[in-house]
Amino acid sequence: MSLFSDPRWGEALAHLPDYLGNHVRVSVAALALGLVVSLPLAIAARNRRVVRGALLSLASIVQTVPGLALLALFYPLLLALAALTLTWFGFGFSAFGFLPAVLALALYSMLPVLRNTITGLNGVEPAILEAAQGVGMTSLQSLFTVELPLALPVMMAGIRTAAVWVIGTATLSTPIGQTSLGNYIFAGLQTQNWVFVLFGCLAAAILALAVDQLLALIENGIRNRSRLRTALGGLGIAVLVVATLVPSMARSSSSYVVGAKTFAEQYVLSALIAQRLRAAGLSATSREGLGSNVIFEALKSNDIDVYVDYSGTLWANQFHRTDIKPREELLGELKTTLARENITLLGELGFENAYALVMPKKRAEALGIHSIADLAAHAGAMSLAADYEFFSRPEWAALQKVYGLSFRAQRQMQPDFMYAAVASGEVDVIAGYTSDGLIAKYDLVVLEDSRHAIPPYDAIVLLSPKRADDPTLKAALVPLLGKIDIANMREANLRAAGGDATSSPDVVARWLWEKIGKQ
Amino acid sequence: MPTAPLIAYAHVGKSFDGGSSPGRVVAVDDVSLHVAAGEFLAIVGGSGSGKTTLLRLANRLIDADAGTVTVEGADVQTVDPVQLRRRIGYVFQSGGLFPHLSVADNIGITPKLLGWPATEIAARVDELLDLVRLDRAQHRDRLPQELSGGQRQRVGVARALAAKPRIVLMDEPFGALDPLTRDALGDDYRALHNKLALTTVMITHDMTEAILLADRVAVMRGGRLLAEGTPGELSTSRDPYVGELLRTPRRQAERLGALLPQGGTA
Repeated sequence: MSLFSDPRWGEALAHLPDYLGNHVRVSVAALALGLVVSLPLAIAARNRRVVRGALLSLASIVQTVPGLALLALFYPLLLALAALTLTWFGFGFSAFGFLPAVLALALYSMLPVLRNTITGLNGVEPAILEAAQGVGMTSLQSLFTVELPLALPVMMAGIRTAAVWVIGTATLSTPIGQTSLGNYIFAGLQTQNWVFVLFGCLAAAILALAVDQLLALIENGIRNRSRLRTALGGLGIAVLVVATLVPSMARSSSSYVVGAKTFAEQYVLSALIAQRLRAAGLSATSREGLGSNVIFEALKSNDIDVYVDYSGTLWANQFHRTDIKPREELLGELKTTLARENITLLGELGFENAYALVMPKKRAEALGIHSIADLAAHAGAMSLAADYEFFSRPEWAALQKVYGLSFRAQRQMQPDFMYAAVASGEVDVIAGYTSDGLIAKYDLVVLEDSRHAIPPYDAIVLLSPKRADDPTLKAALVPLLGKIDIANMREANLRAAGGDATSSPDVVARWLWEKIGKQ
Repeated sequence: MPTAPLIAYAHVGKSFDGGSSPGRVVAVDDVSLHVAAGEFLAIVGGSGSGKTTLLRLANRLIDADAGTVTVEGADVQTVDPVQLRRRIGYVFQSGGLFPHLSVADNIGITPKLLGWPATEIAARVDELLDLVRLDRAQHRDRLPQELSGGQRQRVGVARALAAKPRIVLMDEPFGALDPLTRDALGDDYRALHNKLALTTVMITHDMTEAILLADRVAVMRGGRLLAEGTPGELSTSRDPYVGELLRTPRRQAERLGALLPQGGTA
């Protein structure tokens, strides 16, 4: 099968109007905001050495913050602000998606605009400035008729750099709830769908190049006083904006929004929920690739309507509980705690996606390791790999405490690569996830946690406060409860990680429904 | 002798921050000087003599620390500097043309700032191109970088004259030009000065140029006015620096007279 006859290209293309439209919308808004703030700042600071230095240092510092972190920071910041305005002025706003993305990206766009505007303005020859004064210009007239036009080429270079950065970085706004071309990349990485990853990267690159070239055309037109080129460039940008805005405006906003976190299982489950809703005659859209903290807050503030979380995650992360309780007790307590936030815990899906220590089956057998207690004796000579959050989670503290575990080395790793790494012997043990399909694929074994150091991680369906009394929604989802066992979920996850046409979350979700519908 | 002074400096002083050196650098030190209406005054001095500072005090590109500068009867401190500059022509060293504006837009800038109607500005630009002897069709829409040094300075003169000023200030206007162009431009400007009844103050470091073009010459050194008067009056000055400045053109003239046979029609 040739690369381009892959049906996933068609699937990717079907998402394009939505993803591209949102991407352009957030990029244009961020760039416009960035310019509106940066240009006057640069003009005001250009002749004040101290202010100029402070401004540029500040913008540089912002630039050193990784894009993903900057975007993620704005979410809690806005949430707090929204809570404040609600108590003080009686209105709140959505801290989800568009707003934090625009603010963070605007901040990100400031450095090149500030730096180039200041450099461009300071680069105007003193003799020319004196001439402007000498012919009788006021300082404003000098600024607008002489300094800015002469600084324009340098300024435009900065604006073009900012545009390319913003369009590139906007792909990272997916985890805070802003749909973008990053949806392809995040979904593709999680489900090993390289067609999606490639498609997303290409689309973002083409968009960035197109905008850059249109801006170059405008710059060229202004410089050579060609109205035609300026107008063509401006028209190009306008057409791009309008063309991408129209389809997203036309989408209905009354549909149910299904959230998904950033891993394959979540994509499959959100696809399954969306399919069930549509089968019940409801309209459903997905917000995928949301960060773990973002998704819960988004549900709480009705930005999404339904998603699947895990009891242990909420217990430890959302409610900061460090005590570990038996499963039934924990679920019961969670339900009442959630109810206080007006969130409905509809029920469990039937499987657990817990952290577990995992190693190759053959090696475990050779060493006689069946449980974590057995592992403890060998751990001193072994290395352990886990995802980015594991080592700072209470589970790890509990494991160390209960079993006295101490490894020779600890490494952080992208979850997708952990399983291959442990199978190839690059690391000895990983902190994997019990529902991961790769456990079976690589012939790995989950070590028994006989002393219950790790809390239960039952997959549970959560409904937003707005949907608490929605019988149609509940009726559509109840058939899923208790039906998905660990074997089926592992198999589904393995399929989703398959990296071919049958591995799209939609196809896997349909397979999963077939499987559990027959039970 | 010309009548009431159009520009008058009375005990004017100006000093600047010394930059790296401590204390202040005195650029102009207690200078009193009158420029009569219709007069062509040249201020001669070496670099650092304060001559450029003195010129800029007249249109408030620089403000004086001490003394008063009067233009057309009014203390310049009492008038809006922007309005003042719009009614005084200023020719910058090597043109000072705006590189992104065409010849026509450069010339028409002050009338535009004054709010003249576009048609009137266009007519004035053509008139000025004729006046400074540049071909209208050929030069109107060119950018400064497409012109020769002499053409650029002609545009600079045209720009200074655009809003029909009575006073023109010139900051070493012909310094960067080759001798032939310089000579032609100097003569052309002097003719314009007479024709338009202008009052001109020109800065130069070249005593020969000053003697040949100006009615009166003022000599500056170290911020002080050493001497002023017609070339004839200057030649009686007992100041050694003035004598030295005058010796050079004199000796050159003598040597040229000896070297070049008095032939032709001259």
